[in-house]
Amino acid sequence: MPATAHSHSRQEISARPLFEAKIVNRALVQALLAFNPRRLLKNPVMFVVAVGSAFTTALWIHALVTGKGDASPGFILAVSLWLWFTVYFANFAEAMAEGRGKAQADTLRAARKDVMAKKLASADRHAKSEQIVSAQLRKGDFVLVEAGELLPADGEIVQGVASVDESAITGESAPVIRESGGDRSAVTGGTRVLSDWIVVRVTANPGETFLDRMIAMVEGAKRQKTPNEIALDILLAGLTIVFLLATATLLPFSQYAVNATHLGQPVSLTVLVALLVCLIPTTIGGLLAAIGIAGMDRMIQANVIATSGRAVEAAGDVDVLLLDKTGTITLGNRQATLFVPAPGVAEKELAELAMLSSLADETPEGRSIVLLAEQKFQLKALDPATLGATIVPFTAQTRMSGLDIQGREVRKGATDSVAKFVTERGGTIPAGVREAVDQIARQGATPLVVVEGARVLGVVCLKDIVKGGIRERFAEMRRIGIRTVMITGDNPLTAAAIAAEAGVDDFLAEATPEAKLAMIREWQAKGHLVAMTGDGTNDAPALAQADVAVAMNSGTQAAKEAGNMVDLDSNPTKLLSIVEIGKQMLMTRGSLTTFSIANDIAKYFAIIPAAFAATYPVLGTLNVMRLHSPTTAILSAVIFNALIIVALIPLALRGVAYRPAPASVLLRRNLLVYGLGGVIAPFPGIKAIDLLLTAMGVS
Amino acid sequence: MTSAILECAVFLLLVIGLAWPLGAYMARVYTGQSKWADRIFGPIERLIYKVCGVQAGAQMNWKQYAGAVLVFNLLGLIVVHVLQRVQLWLPLNPAGLGNVPPEVSWNTAVSFASNTNWQAYGGETTLSHLTQMLALTTQNFVSAATGMAVLVALIRGLTGRLTTDLGNFWVDLTRTTLHILLPLSFILALLLVSQGVVQTFLASVTVPLLEPTTGADGKSIVEQVIALGPAASQVAIKQLGTNGGGFFNVNSAHPFENPNAFANLLEVVSIILIPAALCFTFGRMVGAQKQGVALLVAMLLIFVPLLALTVASENQANPALTALGVDGTMGNWEGKELRFGPTSSAIWAVTTTAASNGSVNAMHDSFMPLGGLGPMWLMQLGEIIFGGTGSGLYGMLVYAFIAVFVAGLMVGRTPEYLGKKIEAFEMKMASLVILLPSAAVLIGTAIACSIPAGTGPLGNPGAHGFSEILYAFSSGSNNNGSAFGGLTVNGMFYTTAIGICMLIGRYWVIVPVLALAGSLAKKKTVPPGAGTLPTHTPLFIALVAGTIILVGALTFIPALALGPIVEHLALR
Repeated sequence: MPATAHSHSRQEISARPLFEAKIVNRALVQALLAFNPRRLLKNPVMFVVAVGSAFTTALWIHALVTGKGDASPGFILAVSLWLWFTVYFANFAEAMAEGRGKAQADTLRAARKDVMAKKLASADRHAKSEQIVSAQLRKGDFVLVEAGELLPADGEIVQGVASVDESAITGESAPVIRESGGDRSAVTGGTRVLSDWIVVRVTANPGETFLDRMIAMVEGAKRQKTPNEIALDILLAGLTIVFLLATATLLPFSQYAVNATHLGQPVSLTVLVALLVCLIPTTIGGLLAAIGIAGMDRMIQANVIATSGRAVEAAGDVDVLLLDKTGTITLGNRQATLFVPAPGVAEKELAELAMLSSLADETPEGRSIVLLAEQKFQLKALDPATLGATIVPFTAQTRMSGLDIQGREVRKGATDSVAKFVTERGGTIPAGVREAVDQIARQGATPLVVVEGARVLGVVCLKDIVKGGIRERFAEMRRIGIRTVMITGDNPLTAAAIAAEAGVDDFLAEATPEAKLAMIREWQAKGHLVAMTGDGTNDAPALAQADVAVAMNSGTQAAKEAGNMVDLDSNPTKLLSIVEIGKQMLMTRGSLTTFSIANDIAKYFAIIPAAFAATYPVLGTLNVMRLHSPTTAILSAVIFNALIIVALIPLALRGVAYRPAPASVLLRRNLLVYGLGGVIAPFPGIKAIDLLLTAMGVS
Repeated sequence: MTSAILECAVFLLLVIGLAWPLGAYMARVYTGQSKWADRIFGPIERLIYKVCGVQAGAQMNWKQYAGAVLVFNLLGLIVVHVLQRVQLWLPLNPAGLGNVPPEVSWNTAVSFASNTNWQAYGGETTLSHLTQMLALTTQNFVSAATGMAVLVALIRGLTGRLTTDLGNFWVDLTRTTLHILLPLSFILALLLVSQGVVQTFLASVTVPLLEPTTGADGKSIVEQVIALGPAASQVAIKQLGTNGGGFFNVNSAHPFENPNAFANLLEVVSIILIPAALCFTFGRMVGAQKQGVALLVAMLLIFVPLLALTVASENQANPALTALGVDGTMGNWEGKELRFGPTSSAIWAVTTTAASNGSVNAMHDSFMPLGGLGPMWLMQLGEIIFGGTGSGLYGMLVYAFIAVFVAGLMVGRTPEYLGKKIEAFEMKMASLVILLPSAAVLIGTAIACSIPAGTGPLGNPGAHGFSEILYAFSSGSNNNGSAFGGLTVNGMFYTTAIGICMLIGRYWVIVPVLALAGSLAKKKTVPPGAGTLPTHTPLFIALVAGTIILVGALTFIPALALGPIVEHLALR
């Protein structure tokens, strides 16, 4: 399952259609409510448009009342209406993005209801209990939760083990095991205990629970602008001021021209406002908020809850990934992959005895030996009890396990302990076996020697299995400039072999929490941004230090609090998808900014000749689109400017197409599509609207 | 046409060929590695520090650096102003020129402190030799050095890591003047004298006229007074330091400032020599020469097409004159010196406006509309295509930050330039740098064409008059200083308004640039990787040039449409 997690998360993303009727309808209404000046003020570009709309509306009323206004009332009304539409469309884009989050929040809210909780006097199942409403629970209280009951709050299991249905938050229907101690002790309010019982210490007050935070996040209630968004806002505000100056000064300029030529009229205020709105970056200004919300939303669709938009953005910047070997790079456990018989021993005989020695071994490694023997030689695993065998379990002293069966002592174990066992019985380890052992160890795998009494049969090779497709993912990461570092508790030799097989750039062997933390600091000191995943309490310091820290939902409360994202699927491979979502959000912003500014060129060609043709008829030469009349030219530009926002909403919500490639390749592609495309697209667009207006009889 | 292309090519090759070694030398000066030059200038340098009480090793943060720049420039401004106001009573005034009126004197003081060298005065008829030498020539040196010092501070900001140190303004100022500007000027002045540029303390010579004539008052005129003075020394630094304030009123069109074609080539190359060389200096100082070359190529990408446009325009006949029966096969000769002709004049015009020099060897007012548009637009781009000494490249870097910001977002990463993250504060400062000079141009022009004091002094009505006003404010606000001509600018309105624009264009750019330097110095340096946007590739160079053109075009197209563009269309 984890190996396919990537495609799994992609499917999740596309699970909710872009335009759901319910969300669209709600957004249409929300967009109207967003005409609140205080809200508009947050977005300087759209605020200017709103002021422009109000101003032209006033001009229209003035023209109606006095009869000789700034321009013909019909024209002013048309411009003014389309300016209002521009603001409305921008509001709609934001409402759409928020609506998708809200729909998600509603689902979550359903899980958060008050339940009755059994509050215990102490951390003991049998302590005195009282029934209270979950809202009255406070941090540090102990509660007993039994099969069939909902967890009343977030907490940590202090006693017991239970299977829990976490589908309310993860959407994953298979129950998970939660137990006290270790890294699987955290439980979330709103999930249901399916079997057994647990005593939970409450770790969050009502209103501060994980579910509450999640709802707040997806609703965007606590949404703050991210650093890049703020920087972009400043640039857009700067451009808006430049264009404000360029258009405002046109009034005296045209007045001067009229005085000099005695031809035409000074440019009307309506046209100036229209020109201003067309020039300021309304496309990106209108979609900026939606892009940010959609980025968070894509994280949520991927079942990752980011504590802030800042974290999502940082994910795009990350250039070092620290990945735990187990679970992320390799499948959970080592598996038997090979039987290497001793000289003169048939492989089948080795397999038989290896199987015998592992029949009672319930560890994953032991089971994998049985499985390999079954697959390779069609041997049948028998129940050791029916064989009348005596089980010799693994102990720290002998470091071997096996069976005694009909006087035969079948054992498997590490080389040195087996050597001792054999020597005691007067045998030796053959040179060929020693060679095989060394070779297997050199490859980073674990050799287990199989013996029967003093006779050495051969070696079983236990290996870490690298997840399918992971090597390709790492190659992808390298292409986009991200280093991958494998963290493992293995010895350097083993670590090096797995690192080479998985294709990571670097590894940290014999890793301790301190070593991890030191490594993150070292990377950061060199200027890198580091991302990591973690689930244990001992990961917490490293998680807190990392720039992007993804805690597994199955992990401890401490880990979740130290991280800035929580992966509900507890799938460490998802870190790679998180980086992509972060990058995609930044790319969408950059591309739409470029598009928005590039659009201006065509608008100049539409409006400048239209505005000044009466004073300087020669400027008609610049009307390269051959627009019908000044009125249709200006209206076409304004209408195009408004409609392009609507047209780009899907792109803003979905994000621009992302393919892993080096920066220079991405730049070339996006510059071509959104830069050059942005220069060209408005020409046919404005022309088409002009033709339509002309056909409708506007002149 | 072939000869015109050849002349442009020789000019560009000469500039780049000389800029390369000079850039390397300047990098050594600023990093304290110029061994033999230190042996020559070291003692004088140390003496200056001793007398002025400068602690050469003391580092300044950006606020201290900016404070030193502003205080030094303010003092310079006051000195220039006062000297002009009292020149009548001071020595070295052989022509007995009177004290300069306050509005002209203030304008001139601002003009020279800000490296604009806009001339509201007429050189030989307004200023005494003492004023020219002590006030103007000194400012020619130190205003150029100020720009270079600020650039070096910005480069230190880019290369510094987690520091507040940007160097020491007094040291940068002294070393720039002593190690770079003085020796270069000395060489150039000697070369110019060899070509016939005058260098004397004589006020004038009086020569009998070959053909005596009668004046307006009916008296017969039999002799001519020809103004002289220490011109060569001032011409050298006015060219090298992107100053442009001529010793004589007609600037480098005057035969004593610019006597022949060779002198003309020397002078026009000198205009952009230091700005071009600083690109190489930058590359060396940041430890990646390709970064400097990239910026130079981006400059050329805008410079060469506009050069081609102006040279081509001026080599065409003016239809208005052809209609009057003038033979136009040689190109547009109106307002040009016979010893230079259309091509050399066009090269000079584009170069002097690309760099914020502003000296002229022909009257831009008489250029074809498109020939005049090139120079005007180069100024409106913010004087960053070569631009002023130092100021051009720091302006260019600000545009590189903006280009990198948008491009960086497009590749999905917080944008970085040379490993420094470009964030909100940088964008704020960059916006100011771009916004303020443009605002000064547009608002100044808007006021001027709305009030009688603005339209009164116009030499031409209609669109051309508008071009004259727009040119004047573009020149002042971007610290170029060249004049379109046709507009009388020594009145109260223009001296005041353009004075204010010059101040905004200089200091409201310097302060944000130093703030940028301070903010960049404090950041970590992100090591480059495959995810880093390379800032030296052809694509990025094109992007920087494109950003400059787009911002420049979007800001000024409406205004240009009502000036040169309408003139051009009307003339066809």
